[in-house]
Amino acid sequence: MELTGAEIFVRCLRDEGVEYLFGYPGGAVLHIYDALYKQEEVKHILVRHEQGAAHAADGYARSTGKPGVVLVTSGPGATNAVTGIATAYMDSIPLVVFTGQVMTHLIGDDAFQEVDAIGITRPCVKHNFMVKDVRDLALIMRKAFHVATTGRPGPVVVDIPKDITAHKTSYVFPQDPTLRSYKPVRDGDPAAIRKAAAVLAQAKRPMVYAGGGVVLGNAATELTELVRWLGAPCTNTLMGLGAFPATDPLFVGMLGMHGTYEANMGMHECDVLLAVGARFDDRVTGDLDKFCPNARIIHIDIDPASIQKNVQVEIAIIGEAGLVMREMLAALKGAGVRLDEAALKAWWHKIDAWRARHCLEYDRANTEVIKPQFVLETLYRLTGGDAFITSDVGQHQMWAAQFYKFDKPRRWINSGGLGTMGFGLPAAIGVQLAHPDATVACVTGEASIQMCIQELSTCKQYDLPLTIVNLNNRYMGMVRQWQEFFYQSRYSHSYLEALPDFVKLAESYGHAGLRIDKPHDVEAALKEALGQRGRLVFLDFITDQTENVYPMIAAGAGHHEMHLATDRELA
Amino acid sequence: MRHIISILLENEAGALSRVAGLFSARGYNIASLTVAPTEDPSLSRMTLVTSGSEGVVDQIRKQLNKLVDVVKLVDLTDNERIEREMLLIKVAAEGEERDEIKRLSDIFRGRIIDVTDRAYTIELTGDGGKIDAFISVLQPRRILEVVRSGVIGIARGSITVKPDAP
Repeated sequence: MELTGAEIFVRCLRDEGVEYLFGYPGGAVLHIYDALYKQEEVKHILVRHEQGAAHAADGYARSTGKPGVVLVTSGPGATNAVTGIATAYMDSIPLVVFTGQVMTHLIGDDAFQEVDAIGITRPCVKHNFMVKDVRDLALIMRKAFHVATTGRPGPVVVDIPKDITAHKTSYVFPQDPTLRSYKPVRDGDPAAIRKAAAVLAQAKRPMVYAGGGVVLGNAATELTELVRWLGAPCTNTLMGLGAFPATDPLFVGMLGMHGTYEANMGMHECDVLLAVGARFDDRVTGDLDKFCPNARIIHIDIDPASIQKNVQVEIAIIGEAGLVMREMLAALKGAGVRLDEAALKAWWHKIDAWRARHCLEYDRANTEVIKPQFVLETLYRLTGGDAFITSDVGQHQMWAAQFYKFDKPRRWINSGGLGTMGFGLPAAIGVQLAHPDATVACVTGEASIQMCIQELSTCKQYDLPLTIVNLNNRYMGMVRQWQEFFYQSRYSHSYLEALPDFVKLAESYGHAGLRIDKPHDVEAALKEALGQRGRLVFLDFITDQTENVYPMIAAGAGHHEMHLATDRELA
Repeated sequence: MRHIISILLENEAGALSRVAGLFSARGYNIASLTVAPTEDPSLSRMTLVTSGSEGVVDQIRKQLNKLVDVVKLVDLTDNERIEREMLLIKVAAEGEERDEIKRLSDIFRGRIIDVTDRAYTIELTGDGGKIDAFISVLQPRRILEVVRSGVIGIARGSITVKPDAP
């Protein structure tokens, strides 16, 4: 029996095991929407803007490890999705994004709602395909899922002209999605692993620096075992939070621009650095000339292009983080050596002294104005550290990363690489759909939340009981902070005049809203919101306008040149 | 340092733009780039000449290899190799100059492929240095037009750039 392209599209999604499709209809995808209407296996989630579709699919992917799937129409549907695609690309998130396209014979004629989606998305996808014949559709879709989810994951775009979805052919789910030109590496080179193990075993001041690759590669267990066997301090990047349990005494916190004093000083003084699934991003390394000046560096990564890109390392191991770390631990155990205990003890003594600086301290005694850190500490305490936290971008993101202690991977959902304001709310939609019984909180600010506020409507449609934690300081906080430090407090266009009444706004979307402006009301409000299993509660916390994120390494400085809150001066 | 990189690429629409886009997005140099289908119609062979520090060229190779359309990449710089470029040059040729230009063309093993009363069009192949030298000897005359193909290259001996070669 022959099926139309639209029917094949839906059958392929079903055979790939796709649970949710995040999308928005339009002319070029109407055949597909008609096919979706006639079935119930693939559930379509209607967003209010295509950017939201991509972020929601992204949140679904980050929290489950499964690919997020998006369907948008041609032209503006595709361009609206681009920010979401680029966000996923920068953080290596597996997405498959289907864009409608005008009819094949109209391509290139500047037809209504035509854009060159392949050309526009090319620099921010792992790969993209255009379907030119309905007989290729099933295989291309299969390849798209294969490429998106294997190796270093990433978004894949499939552009489908409208006439292809009407043409008919027979359907067989293709068994083999492999491409001759795409063969991701899995196992690390055993010789390099043995060499790395030998270097690690000799370390006197070891440090483990783990990034998002450990989360994406489902290697948190292997990382935890290895770190505990070594007895070494472990730091996580912004993307790696949860890869190693934050409540473990070996964890020294996040590193980088707003990382902890102990993590950054540990980086600066370590003699062997094991980097796993991390890419030496500029926000992590600071000044490369001052980066880990005393360390022999071992780098495990699945992407050969990440090796020796920003930092020259001594031993590079290309492979899946979990497999490589398992082999490394076996090699260490097999060699029958342990790290020098006295040296390790002296190292921890140093680290504990750095810890004693309490770099995340803030004014807890303040009873007049809400400190944003206090809100996040309370959120952590009330949820037992077990919630899914999505975040937007800015000060609140850094505070959430600092104050919410993630013990499990895939709980911390934020736009790290691209830094996309507007990510948090739609991402939370994807997370809550994937985990209907879990507590999902979106930590945001009054500037970020307005970039995708329309998705409150989607939350209503699908009854998603999110908790929105809006840290409202009436400023684009991180912009304000930089202007205070580096532009002599000239707050150019970072003050948000004419803010909406978020309580009324939430209510108009059919949700509950609460405004909280006193520290002693914070806990009750959070309890109230988290207890509401049936509905979304928008908590509008009126916070201290002058609070800054500390510690801070100014751009271009080294890890040892941190500024703590007590310094109160910078640059 | 100058590098000459051979790439086997899926012969698909958009594959060339992925390579060109990579170079512009990451700020790499392209000195020349040639591409055409091979004996296997599903594959194109690209020869790319670039330059940069060893670190940059290492990244160029890795980023190119990462492109899903790239089937095989070999940096020919490391091998004994043959490089060729083709030149089509139209030069004013009048009076006694006609004989002299013909002689120069013969010395360089060029071929005059089109003739008018006032001009020759000469075809010449060779490595970049030879092409440069020929243009420079013609420079004192009136060069009407120059077309260069960009470099193609192949390794000497039995080394081949094939999809399944190691």
